[in-house]
Amino acid sequence: MVQERVLPATPTTRATVTREEGLMLYEDMVLGRLFEDKCAEMYYRGKMFGFVHLYNGQEAVSTGVIRALRRDANDYVASTYRDHVHALSAGVPAREVMSELFGKVTGCSKGRGGSMHLFSEPHRLLGGYAFVSEGIPVATGVAFQSKYRREAMNDPSSDGVTVCFFGDGAANNGQFFECLNMAALWKLPVIYVIENNKWAIGMAHERATSVPEIYKKGPAFGMPGVEVDGMDVLAVRGVAQEAIARARAGEGPTVIEALTYRFRGHSLADPDELRAKEEKEVWSKRDPITRLADHLLGEGLVKAEELKEIDRRIQEHVNDAVKFALDSPEPDPKDLYKYIFAED
Amino acid sequence: MAETIFFNALREATDEEMARDPRVLVMGEDVGHYGGSYKVTKDLYKKYGDLRLLDTPIAENSFTGMAVGAAMTGLRPIVEGMNMGFLLLAFNQISNNAGMLRYTSGGNFTIPMVIRGPGGVGRQLGAEHSQRLEAYFQAVPGLKIVACSTPYNAKGLLKSAIRDNNPVLFFEHVLLYNLKEDLPDEEYLLPLDKAEMVRSGEDITILTYSRMRHHVMQAVKTLEKEGIDPEVIDLISLKPLDMATIAASVRKTHRVLIVEECMKTGGIAAELTAQIIEQCFDDLDAPPVRLSSQDIPTPYNGILENLTIVQPAQIVEATKKLLDNRI
Ligand SMILES: Cc1ncc(C[n+]2csc(CCOP(=O)(O)OP(=O)(O)O)c2C)c(N)n1
Ligand SMILES: [Mg+2]
Repeated sequence: MVQERVLPATPTTRATVTREEGLMLYEDMVLGRLFEDKCAEMYYRGKMFGFVHLYNGQEAVSTGVIRALRRDANDYVASTYRDHVHALSAGVPAREVMSELFGKVTGCSKGRGGSMHLFSEPHRLLGGYAFVSEGIPVATGVAFQSKYRREAMNDPSSDGVTVCFFGDGAANNGQFFECLNMAALWKLPVIYVIENNKWAIGMAHERATSVPEIYKKGPAFGMPGVEVDGMDVLAVRGVAQEAIARARAGEGPTVIEALTYRFRGHSLADPDELRAKEEKEVWSKRDPITRLADHLLGEGLVKAEELKEIDRRIQEHVNDAVKFALDSPEPDPKDLYKYIFAED
Repeated sequence: MAETIFFNALREATDEEMARDPRVLVMGEDVGHYGGSYKVTKDLYKKYGDLRLLDTPIAENSFTGMAVGAAMTGLRPIVEGMNMGFLLLAFNQISNNAGMLRYTSGGNFTIPMVIRGPGGVGRQLGAEHSQRLEAYFQAVPGLKIVACSTPYNAKGLLKSAIRDNNPVLFFEHVLLYNLKEDLPDEEYLLPLDKAEMVRSGEDITILTYSRMRHHVMQAVKTLEKEGIDPEVIDLISLKPLDMATIAASVRKTHRVLIVEECMKTGGIAAELTAQIIEQCFDDLDAPPVRLSSQDIPTPYNGILENLTIVQPAQIVEATKKLLDNRI
């Protein structure tokens, strides 16, 4: 089955970027890509276990949205089990993410979480949520918290925005609709970013959803819904900036549906035999990293050698993360019960 | 001292804690303008406003998940289950996120929240409104489970639950909201992890909680007349169980009767029995006996309903039987 709907019905305004911003976006996407490639390698070499869901192909969404947030202030990110790259974009060091995947105590979740449960309070990463859709209420509650501090605790500095990522499959779950209702009702500073990669494991989106245009569900609840080319980081950044500004100004939530595709199987355990070859080809030609590189080169903002140099540097950075993870200690068995309660 | 009705004891606890700490809020169905299904939050919205008494749509899993998010980021939400049974719809958020997230996150986040409301078997409310979720939730790591039973302990325990930095499931009972008791005028808190010695005695240890405490005390009146001297302990903390207090009592009486309202299979008494056998086997002169509700959906019919839950006469009978074979 080849699924249509590659581009949005109406084009959105793309962000314009300076050379610095362009390089920042490029680096972030390359980090996401090379990190995931390394994960596949390590998984097949038996260094990591369990379900590992890679993000290859979808980098423009993570980078486009998260790198439009304020990194050092009170903005928050919630993710799913496909969370490595969201964590990296949010600023969690590659070393800590890789260590977590190796189950080491130096991991961002101290080896207790694993691939699907990356958390980092200092980076305001609210977590990888392994049950489909369960992160949506949590993120909505964090957005409520920002509003509560501002209005019930008179703290004007509480102007944080929470971004909640999930898939097309998750958007069929009741928690999505329940939260759209409450977020709009209370004008919460939250952005629901649906990464529509057309598939929920082996369930084609059109076979699961009566109205496949997920962005249309925003207006049904009284909030804007935007459809964006999820393979174009500048397009994603453009709509994200608008939604963030709206949320921060107290104007309420937004639904963003990013049309995207995963270049690999659902997880590293998935043989990926169901998706049509033609479909994969259409999408692999739309690689978001090549797309940004072409743009930056075309605009004369960077030189090809500079990008090559970045690729090389990031590869080293990823290799360093692996070395760090390999050299890191396992959690101490006597700490088995640590972290169950707040006091331990 | 002022005579206080049960629901007002809970209301006072909530009010005092909300006044003390601006991070404390209540959310749930009809907790604001309507004042709560059992009047526990009556008129508090007039004092604290609509954000701190958040009337939510009927979306249990989502508003419970929202409370988790708010707690992770520093607020101290109290979720009211209009009836605790409705929180079956929030099972995922309560177990995965309230219960386990601190651990899964390697200590990155804490979840200081209270989930409270009316539980237990009422009067002919039918099976769905007569749930005893404490039994369903006891296996979830990271949760504290507390059951209150008197206006006095309800107030002191709820205040402690609100101040606790962990998720606390706090069970009230539909049939206890109108109990009255004189409460101290000064502030008091009660520990969440300590059982309450209701009546000290020598002959047998009767362990119970929530409404069954009152059935037990009715039975005790009869037993006293017959010269029997039972020790009655209200568990209060259903998880973790206060095994220190329980074991000390077993060492003294050597006999245990457990009276509970949840179903026998996988109930609180099932776990309690296992722990008593593991920890107090040598002190026992007889196997512990459980009196639990029947393993059936609670029937509507009043006669059948009474047959389903434990009655005082059964407690008298079971106690005497346990003592009959005294050496
Ligand atoms: C509650 C729940 N049900 C089922 C699953 C198994 N599962 C994991 S991912 C997935 C598909 C989700 O697809 P989508 O939301 O589109 O996200 P994607 O994997 O495409 O990023 C399913 C069914 C789960 N993790 N949680
Ligand atoms: Mg999908």
